Amino acid sequence: MGASPVGNVTTVEHDVLVVGAGGAGLRAAIEAAASGVKVGLVCKSLLGKAHTVMAEGGVAAALANVDERDSWRVHFADTMRGGQYLNNPRMAQIHAQQAPARVHELEAWGALFDRTHDGRILQRNFGGHAYPRLAHVGDRTGLEMIRTLQDHGIHQGIDVHMECTIVRLLKDGERIAGALGYDRERGRFKLFRAKAIVLATGGIGRAFAITSNSWEYTGDGHGLAYAAGAELMDMEFVQFHPTGMVWPPSVRGILVTEGVRGEGGVLKNSAGRRFMFDDIPENYRPQTADSEEEGWRYTQGDKTARRPPELLTRDHVARCIMREIKAGRGSPHGGVFLDIAWIGQRLKNGAAHIQKKLPSMYHQFKELAGIDITKEPMEVGPTTHYVMGGVRVDGETQMSNVPGLFAAGEVGAGLHGANRLGGNSLSDLLVFGKLAGEHAAAFAKSAPAPRVRDEDVTAATAAALAPLERQGGASSPELSPYKIQSDLQVLMQAQAGIVRNAGDLGDALEKLEGLKQRAAHVWAEGNREYNPGWHTALDLGNLLTVSEAVARAGLLREESRGAHFREDRPGKDEAWGKVNLVLKQGEDGRMQIEKRPVPPLSDEQRRIIAEIK
Amino acid sequence: MARATFRIWHGEANGGAFEDHSTEVSEGMVVLDALHQIQAEGQGDLAVRWNCKAGKCGSCSAEINGKPRLMCMTRLNDLPLEQPVTVAPLKAFPTIKDLVTDVSVNYRAKKSIKPFKPRAPDAPDGTWRMAQSDVDRVQEFRKCIECFLCQDVCHVLREHDMQEKFAGPRHMVHIAQLEMHPLDVEDRRQDLKDAHGIGFCNITKCCTKVCPEHITITDNAIIPLKERVADEFYDPVKKLFRKLFGR
Repeated sequence: MGASPVGNVTTVEHDVLVVGAGGAGLRAAIEAAASGVKVGLVCKSLLGKAHTVMAEGGVAAALANVDERDSWRVHFADTMRGGQYLNNPRMAQIHAQQAPARVHELEAWGALFDRTHDGRILQRNFGGHAYPRLAHVGDRTGLEMIRTLQDHGIHQGIDVHMECTIVRLLKDGERIAGALGYDRERGRFKLFRAKAIVLATGGIGRAFAITSNSWEYTGDGHGLAYAAGAELMDMEFVQFHPTGMVWPPSVRGILVTEGVRGEGGVLKNSAGRRFMFDDIPENYRPQTADSEEEGWRYTQGDKTARRPPELLTRDHVARCIMREIKAGRGSPHGGVFLDIAWIGQRLKNGAAHIQKKLPSMYHQFKELAGIDITKEPMEVGPTTHYVMGGVRVDGETQMSNVPGLFAAGEVGAGLHGANRLGGNSLSDLLVFGKLAGEHAAAFAKSAPAPRVRDEDVTAATAAALAPLERQGGASSPELSPYKIQSDLQVLMQAQAGIVRNAGDLGDALEKLEGLKQRAAHVWAEGNREYNPGWHTALDLGNLLTVSEAVARAGLLREESRGAHFREDRPGKDEAWGKVNLVLKQGEDGRMQIEKRPVPPLSDEQRRIIAEIK
Repeated sequence: MARATFRIWHGEANGGAFEDHSTEVSEGMVVLDALHQIQAEGQGDLAVRWNCKAGKCGSCSAEINGKPRLMCMTRLNDLPLEQPVTVAPLKAFPTIKDLVTDVSVNYRAKKSIKPFKPRAPDAPDGTWRMAQSDVDRVQEFRKCIECFLCQDVCHVLREHDMQEKFAGPRHMVHIAQLEMHPLDVEDRRQDLKDAHGIGFCNITKCCTKVCPEHITITDNAIIPLKERVADEFYDPVKKLFRKLFGR
């Protein structure tokens, strides 16, 4: 290496550094730049490729364009009910109140949503939302959003650092002082000095074998924040989306949008039965259709009809599908059938309607599975999709317990509680991306420049280079980064997945210790230039942190609630409904976990929840 | 289980060579799956850029058996596996390493295009009214996933290396989207003619053929833009008017 590592590090200075360039990161960067501070935006991939592009169904906002009964109050109540009341109610209220303005603002920046007959933004039905609430563009809403934010953002004076991965957050005493990263292209280190940092790194899906998430979703923000002393919360709540592709094997896990069900798609088992009618939870019964006929009318916009059970919350639908599969009533490749083709019996131009409303689903199945969804049913099964848990933040400012460290979007916790409603993620990242950017900029303006210690930088670069210096590891394939990652994914899928129990989770924690030992000796062949093996090795630390957090919180929460299902504790427990689980690194370096009371409802919030059943 | 051979380009900016790697293939596999397998089986540092693996992000562009395609959407059962599958980086961009190229020129080109500028809001609450049919016309262009396959295959860029003079098909699509946007009031015709060099396109339609989103780039985006430029700058009556009145 020649000179000291610090000598080989390029230094960049920003007031606010945003880590992650999906919707939340872009929105935060735009907001911070608007307040006049110097902003840097780090993306792990090229700009515009972040996971937001994958979002399909829409962005939830109570615009009341399609059903005038909708309001922020109903959206708030729906979000709380969906989250089983473990949500931070302040965040749920801010989200419901501000989402409409955030969606309109996108239109001012060039986004083009589908329209109503009178030219306003059209909204569609989605699971857990009482009224049609999702502004959308066919089934490629995420692409529309990220491209709009990207094309607006590049003209706002933001410094973009593409294909750059952050490996450590640096502190000055208690407060945040910067971050160390490397560029993928040459493997050169970059030191980002910053007065405030916004984490917008998305989720943790790559900790599981079957996932709808892209390679980037390795829990970086979760892991970096945890290592810097921030608290994580609600990590037991991992959302398994009910409908991922199951066949062919190489596409297993790729998302099939909930929009298919919103447009009238139905779930059936191998006997042809619509099994979702067999299990409707009590608290959703008043809102759910009694008959297939009523459900169909709901999807076609009949305001007197109630929604079909296929549009119950994701946690519930995913478990019903698992039950059918386990009972031997699944499809040939281990899923169930999702049929949208049948609407041809009800609509004159069924096939054309499907292609117009669900164009990317049509192409996805046509090109990857050789299936024409306008003619035959799809095979679908649950896939790891989203983590409700994340960095614990202040509901108003999005700042963590580490001064100057903010989090927004999927990496933040609080809005979704035990289960996220579809469409609430895209609105989350707009609303809280903006707030995080605003408050990070305000923090940066009021804070003096922090000091970064050379020895911290030296330690971080040395740790990052260690896998490359363990050459010759080829003789021990157990220490290959790809093998460790794949073993971790298989373990989490099997033992901390959609159906859990104490035995599996306890055992998973032991096995995670073994994986940690292996990861401490991981090796990567080759040099620093665009080396995926090395990158995979460096991502392992964060994946292991989030996996341990999921397993530890899942083991402690001895009940079933929202996305967390314990077959050994199948019921809800009232006492557990009053606490969030918070994880942080102890003095001894070990993970500590504690119960923290859920923030109380205001009188107004209590009234709204009581009124809107 | 059957095996197939992949002839993969290995190298860096200053040169490289194709190397053969054999791996098992299973039902439904795409080229990107095969490359991941080859990485895990001993080519750990093989550079491949990818992200969503669902044809939505446009990261994994490469030339497969000579054709510019997305690796994640190219199924092996559509390729003749009795001979090696050739996988090479995009030719129109400088190579960084193996299959990864430097596509930063595209980001610079986009930044040079005048951004969206909406008309005043239609309603007192600051919102606009638009007909679905007007929105539909532009949606085709907004489907673009920025995979840059069209830039790769465009001979103005690929053979003649004129990145600085011609913005290329991707950016023509972007400009078309802005120019035909129901709300946009900006005028980009002068830039189209000069800075973005629309005249260099001679409508061979190669870009349209490789677009994984099936955007009719030449017919729906570039030709209408050419017409707008021609109307503005090459209309003989307007030309005479300008000569006579100096504007």
